[in-house]
Amino acid sequence: MSLQIIFFILLSFAAFSYAGRRFYKIYRLILLGKEEDLSDHAGKRWANMLRFALAQGKMFVRPVAGFFHLFIYLAFLFTQIELIEIIVDGITGSHRSFAPILGGLYTFLINFIEFLSCFAFFATVVFLFRRNIVKVLRFQKPELSGWPSLDANLILLGEILLITGIFLMNGADQALQMANHPSYHHTGSFYLSRFFVSGSFSSFSADWLMIIERMGWWLHYMVILGFICYLSYSKHLHIFLAFPNSYFSSLEPRGKLTNMAAIENEVRSMLGQEARHSGAKEDFGVKDIFDLSWRNLLQAYSCTECGRCTDVCPANQTGKKLSPRKIMMDIRDRMEEVGQNINEFQERNAQAVFESKDNKSLFDYISKEEIYACTSCNACVEACPILINPLEPILQMRRYDILVNSGGPSEWLPMFNSLENNQAVWSISEERTAWIQS
Amino acid sequence: MQIPILSELVAQGKTADILFWVGCSGNFDARAQKVTRAFCEILNQCKISYAILGNEEKCTGDPARRAGNEFLFQMLALQNIETLNQYQVKKIVCTCPHCFNTLKNEYPDFGGHYELIHYSEFLNHLIKEGKLKVSKSSEKVSYHDSCYLGRVNQVYEAPREVIQSITNELVEMKRSKSNGLCCGAGGAQMFKEDEPGDKRINVERAEDALSTGARTVLANCPFCITMLQDGIKAKDKQDEVMILDLAEFILQNQ
Repeated sequence: MSLQIIFFILLSFAAFSYAGRRFYKIYRLILLGKEEDLSDHAGKRWANMLRFALAQGKMFVRPVAGFFHLFIYLAFLFTQIELIEIIVDGITGSHRSFAPILGGLYTFLINFIEFLSCFAFFATVVFLFRRNIVKVLRFQKPELSGWPSLDANLILLGEILLITGIFLMNGADQALQMANHPSYHHTGSFYLSRFFVSGSFSSFSADWLMIIERMGWWLHYMVILGFICYLSYSKHLHIFLAFPNSYFSSLEPRGKLTNMAAIENEVRSMLGQEARHSGAKEDFGVKDIFDLSWRNLLQAYSCTECGRCTDVCPANQTGKKLSPRKIMMDIRDRMEEVGQNINEFQERNAQAVFESKDNKSLFDYISKEEIYACTSCNACVEACPILINPLEPILQMRRYDILVNSGGPSEWLPMFNSLENNQAVWSISEERTAWIQS
Repeated sequence: MQIPILSELVAQGKTADILFWVGCSGNFDARAQKVTRAFCEILNQCKISYAILGNEEKCTGDPARRAGNEFLFQMLALQNIETLNQYQVKKIVCTCPHCFNTLKNEYPDFGGHYELIHYSEFLNHLIKEGKLKVSKSSEKVSYHDSCYLGRVNQVYEAPREVIQSITNELVEMKRSKSNGLCCGAGGAQMFKEDEPGDKRINVERAEDALSTGARTVLANCPFCITMLQDGIKAKDKQDEVMILDLAEFILQNQ
């Protein structure tokens, strides 16, 4: 076994096991959420996944972003074929092992991938331009300053490296093929790499071309490995999580908030009615991530911070602090913090069951000013391309603040009092039907 | 005006095909009362067999629930459901999209199952069936989608069809239908001031409405009407632009 194969296998193993451990950790963090049975309506759920994740059904509401994103998405999707070949080649020490098997189809596929990669390269440049030069408004909000902005740019730069790798490796390969080098299988023309690269390679010696080809190949693969490890720290997890996220999105009507069964029992008993939810656990809304459904937590990790929600939020558009995107980012940040706490806890008490004891909660991340600025208009819900619902955690945090802290804006007190005493939102001494006579 | 009250009908051994849920605004807010009267006038004109609950009606609990006061919401919801089920109400029409949404989507969880119809859909049916006569006008109007009828319940076309049965000059605002901007009242914001910011939401929306150039802006929600009216006033355009409800618009064009 050559040194190159051993190096390839060791490096791949290290990267995949590191990434795997990180993904497993995120999986466990998501399961810290409250149970919610989402095994129903598999047909509808598959349809949502196909329509919104696979077919990007909502991306084109914003045509420019949707259009360029499609190139990157398609290039990503089809490059997987090339990635599989790279892995097979890397392990077996072969070169372009799919070419003899697939024949003409191989030539077509690689050409197709090259075209998509070329478009994706262009799209990446456009996205860098939109973020850093044109400064599209939704990428300039305060919650993106620092790491989130850098994260987005790093991914885009990584994308450029990835594509550069493809063209280096294919271009050098084409030049070697044209020189009839015996080790390089004739694959037919890769038009774009011939056009861009191999022409300028024609004066290079075969040895140099082989080195360039290897450099391109390794660059491409190393960026992919780096990417897989980096993903779990990045907003870019959506490339995987968009699928389960849209599958598990709520199928309930938008206008329906989740019931609080324990409160229903209590209210029914006050009204002399029979309780309907025996054994319902106490529930006071959402204080911390443990009170959210695992579905909400999955959504936090699926968010790619595109800001379409924030861009249409009436509160945000009129200069309020509330940003639906920040709500999702805060939930994820708090989950990461809880994850850290668990790690430290387990180091000290290997067997004990963890309880979050850092005396912090989501309220340390999300201020009351934010949650009370929401009009529940559902614009954010409508806007999210992968069916994330930022409204749910906002309203559930209101529940906690109102039910446990008796918090909330003081202006609401007269409304609450009036609802309690007069069963109307305004305290008016007239009868409800007074308008008929007037 | 003769307004049938369900308990009185039942006492006379009669019943009604449809319950008109008036809502707190429709009952108590001076501006929304006009809408209630306008809608009742149309119901009477079309000889619809309807009734209201009158003093037995309580707030649906929407603002309490969205403010986070689940306890208060459920107190109201369970009492309303008791009343509605006792009268065996099957079909309800609402002039308020918040009441409409809560009755339609939230009451089933608590044992309240009714067929809900928003009055914009109801008016549209009446016009299409020929029961409600309207006359054509060339007036330029604009229309504001309420969040709870539009985005939340996906009713975008019925109110537009009502408007287009009267005038062909419907000018859409730059943000409309699923992209419509909230008036700023939902989620119990109606009962508090905006959080600190650059501008009030209703003023932002009033600017959308004003930029259409229409002198009549139509709405389907009592909260939206209040918010837009205040927004127009903040821009000092209250003498030029009128915020009207769909039922009022119909009565003006008969």
